[in-house]
Amino acid sequence: MSTMPDLVPAYPEIFLALAGMALLMIGVFRTKDSTGLLTWLAVAAMGVAALLIVNGPQGPVKTFSGMFVVNSFTVFAKLLTLAGAAVSLWLINAWVHKEQIARFELPVIVLFATLGMLMMISANDLISLYVGLELQSLALYVLASYHRNNLRSTEAGVKYFVLGALASGLLLYGSSLVYGFGGTTSFDGLATAMASAPQSHVGVIIGIVFVISGLAFKVSAVPFHMWTPDVYEGAPTPITAFFSVAPKVAALSLFLQVLAGPFAPLIGQWQQVIVFISLLSMGWGAVAAVAQTNIKRLMAYSSIGHVGYALIGLAVGTTEGARGMLFYMLIYVFMNLGTFAVILSMRVKGRAVEDIKDLSGIGKTNPGIAIALALLMFSMAGIPPLAGFLGKYFVFMAAIKAGMVPLAVFGLLASVVAAFYYWRLVKIMYFDAPADAFDPPDTATGFIMTACTVLMLVLFFESAPFVGGAETAAKALSFG
Amino acid sequence: MTYYLAVFMPLLGAFIAGFFGRAIGDRGAHIVTCLGVGIAALCSIPIFSEVALGGKDQVLPVATWLTSGTFEANWALRFDTLSSVMVMTVTCVSTLIHIYAVGYMHHDDSQPRFMAYLSLFTFAMLMLVTADNLVQLFFGWEGVGVVSYLLIGFWFKKPSACAAAIKAFVVNRVGDFGFLLGIFGVFVLFDAVNFDVIFQAAPAKADASVHFFSRDWHAMTIICLLLFVGAMGKSAQLFLHTWLPDAMEGPTPVSALIHAATMVTAGVFLVARMSPLFELAPDALTVVTLIGASTAFFAATIGCVQNDIKRIIAYSTCSQLGYMFFACGVSAYQAGIFHLMTHAWFKALLFLSAGSVIHAMSEEQDIRKMGGIWKKIPFTYTVMWIGSLALAGIPFFAGYYSKDMILEAAYGAGSPAGRFAFVLGLAAAFMTAFYSWRLLFLTFHGKPRADHHTMEHVHESPLIMTIPLGGLALGALFAGFLGHDVFVGEGRAEFWREAIGTTAGHDVIEAAHHVPGWVVASPLVVSFSGILLAYFLYIRRTDLPAKIAGAFPGVYQFLLNKWYFDEVYDFIFTKNVFRFGKWFWKGGDTYIIDGFGPDGLSSLIARAAKRLGAVQSGYLYHYAFAMIVGIAAFVTWFVAGGAG
Repeated sequence: MSTMPDLVPAYPEIFLALAGMALLMIGVFRTKDSTGLLTWLAVAAMGVAALLIVNGPQGPVKTFSGMFVVNSFTVFAKLLTLAGAAVSLWLINAWVHKEQIARFELPVIVLFATLGMLMMISANDLISLYVGLELQSLALYVLASYHRNNLRSTEAGVKYFVLGALASGLLLYGSSLVYGFGGTTSFDGLATAMASAPQSHVGVIIGIVFVISGLAFKVSAVPFHMWTPDVYEGAPTPITAFFSVAPKVAALSLFLQVLAGPFAPLIGQWQQVIVFISLLSMGWGAVAAVAQTNIKRLMAYSSIGHVGYALIGLAVGTTEGARGMLFYMLIYVFMNLGTFAVILSMRVKGRAVEDIKDLSGIGKTNPGIAIALALLMFSMAGIPPLAGFLGKYFVFMAAIKAGMVPLAVFGLLASVVAAFYYWRLVKIMYFDAPADAFDPPDTATGFIMTACTVLMLVLFFESAPFVGGAETAAKALSFG
Repeated sequence: MTYYLAVFMPLLGAFIAGFFGRAIGDRGAHIVTCLGVGIAALCSIPIFSEVALGGKDQVLPVATWLTSGTFEANWALRFDTLSSVMVMTVTCVSTLIHIYAVGYMHHDDSQPRFMAYLSLFTFAMLMLVTADNLVQLFFGWEGVGVVSYLLIGFWFKKPSACAAAIKAFVVNRVGDFGFLLGIFGVFVLFDAVNFDVIFQAAPAKADASVHFFSRDWHAMTIICLLLFVGAMGKSAQLFLHTWLPDAMEGPTPVSALIHAATMVTAGVFLVARMSPLFELAPDALTVVTLIGASTAFFAATIGCVQNDIKRIIAYSTCSQLGYMFFACGVSAYQAGIFHLMTHAWFKALLFLSAGSVIHAMSEEQDIRKMGGIWKKIPFTYTVMWIGSLALAGIPFFAGYYSKDMILEAAYGAGSPAGRFAFVLGLAAAFMTAFYSWRLLFLTFHGKPRADHHTMEHVHESPLIMTIPLGGLALGALFAGFLGHDVFVGEGRAEFWREAIGTTAGHDVIEAAHHVPGWVVASPLVVSFSGILLAYFLYIRRTDLPAKIAGAFPGVYQFLLNKWYFDEVYDFIFTKNVFRFGKWFWKGGDTYIIDGFGPDGLSSLIARAAKRLGAVQSGYLYHYAFAMIVGIAAFVTWFVAGGAG
């Protein structure tokens, strides 16, 4: 009879799982539509989970036979994920009521997806990694096709599911190769095995490439990004907002955990792949977005580009790089949420619109929305004094200090091209002839839009505590 | 304190009127700018008596400017006799012109801008004349150049004004290039740009040479010639004179202040200021004499046939500047500066009277369309007479003292170049008298040739314009009489002291006082004959001028077209530069830089974006295929490349 594992480190996840099931029961047995109620309960549950994380163990603790890890890195990533998920849920709730497609399962699914993300972040074993990833992914597939009467939403769900399954297959296949070489699925065991091997076997390298490809799919990095524009466009807008923040944070954190953990000794090998993926993502995200006319597709390419920048932090393979990447993600989450809050406010006479040209002249008709979007776009393009500048600054500096100057230069050039399409929105808003005015945004959306915009300024001028947090988190990784 | 006030009050006025013109309005701008230069003018009089008459030269530091290695140039105000004469002339004339401009420009929409420019010009001119070193002098030099550009093009909606402004600027650039090279040369030779240092070291370097184009050249001659090229540009001497007549596109007060009384004389000032160097370069002085004399003659010939009232006076200015230069060229710098001073008064007077005539004739400038108006504007008529008498050098008017002195000095110098200058100067004096009275007779006498409507509106200018005219007329009457003793007479040695460098035993002014009697009398004779000829042709036999022009069509056209300088320059330089520029524009910039740079890149990205968009087909199997190809590529890379 084995002893009971230490449950304390996993309290937040256990609480979320129980809360999710309880919410499901409430939804089933309550006759009235309870989407609103459940949303608030889910947000509350995320808040409690966040409290449990903050007050729980911070130092490196492992449990469940070393499959689950908690350290300052996981704390940072989990809090960011929860924040992204909670804000998204708030946006979702406001939107589904307007579109009259509210169903009580929605907050519950989001809650389970979030649970999967937390599991991913804390994974310390290929098995727990996969379980967390699948829990998240399955929930996301459902969310993508949530608007099931809408052809494009269902198409998005199917595409995401099939390609996601393919990616999962790649990940599993890679994991099996790695297991075949290392004889263990535990990250700690693999790290020891990798470090002791005199020369890396070609099999394990192929295994790592497959694992990286699987993870690259989740963060939508080129060339595994093809699903992103279609799913972003097809999925209901607030769900796209959710897609663009929380899973990205979780998957990038996982990426860092895996490459800095078991595969750290093989940095010479995976670094080239990550550099290449990063270059492709920055370039593709910048160039392909230029021709877009739909703002959600534009945001898809924009997020591909941003992932490329964040991956610079991973590619340099140093603590400073990891710090830069985490800070980048922090800024990215709120920058994107703010932008999606603006996109959700694009409603003309009660109907949602999502063409870029619908923004024409809102500088005159909706000055508040216009100024928020303008500031957010300047932040996206990386113009001081907005936080987007600092995000890019830290990853580029990390690359330069690590001697990877060409990578930083390419990043700069790509951001010049990207600046074009961000500024084009500003130009359209302020210099084109006004089209129909937008309806005034609802309280929640308006509040999120304002808060995120203000945050872009706050993060620039008061960056020290946040950079410090990212630094503490990055130090918990085993980079040199 | 008075010294600083004299220089910086105009700047303050310009600053307030220029930046807050809208806030303080037209009236406010008039008051601050007139007050600024007025205070400067009031300060200039005690300065003149203290420095020039009292003999207290001083250098007042303002601020450090440039220090780099051994190179040092500071802001400082240098007051000696030369600069205090200039300060007094500039501020007094400028004050009167400011006041005149208030009346002359009262119809204009942007008077604060105009007044600010005028004051800014005054400040720049003061910086120029009080400069302590060549670099500060160049600052003032370029400052007056810029304001001159702005004021010629003041009515920027007129294409001809814009063209004239650009022409003035570009031609001056040619001169400035020479000036800059001259400054560089001074620095190379002396390792300093400060006047005191240069002048002290000059005698030791009198025979220094520079090696250039595999030959040794006399360094001082090269430097002086280069500096003189700068002076030629600014002072519109032959070959670089083409901008000055066109500059008359500017408002008349501008023509009076900048293009007659002050800025154009900066070249003469430069030569006088650098006289210790010029004295060591006799060859350069010969060039100065020849160019000056030729200009005096050449401009006078053109002045005889022009029909635009302002252009006639402009060519007259050009011609008078020639006098000043050949005075300097024969080492009679004192006479040159004396003429500069008297000329400032009577030429400003002539221009402002011309402005008053134009004002009266409803903006008409062609003297062929005037005539018979003297009874209607008697005051303008009177002061114009005074100005013309002074210009022609009729006894006891200002020009008499200075111009005769110059001609006597040219003769007294004894050199071939001096004799050449004397002859041409005499010829020019004849023509000066002729065209001045031609202008007077055609403008004021004879039958009215303007249309009925214009004639009815002919009226005397308001007091605000006539009072400055009166002030300038006093200058034209008395400046020569009052000044001749100290400038070129017995008191000159005590007056000038160190300000003018002359070679011992080579006192041209002294020689000028002992020339034969016929030399003294001849300018007077030719001037009177010029007046008589004009009287005969334009009052008695008004049919004759047309007949003479008809009899010598070649000569007439040659003169009317200003010796075809503009056409020749246009053919040789302007057209080719335009062709060259167009080639760079179309070939270099548009095709290569834009084509491969911004335009090329942006169209490349736009095309790439379309291409990438096409990859996004929407088909699931395409997407899966891309993923598989991607992973296959990575694996191949590692396996084939051996992966480190």
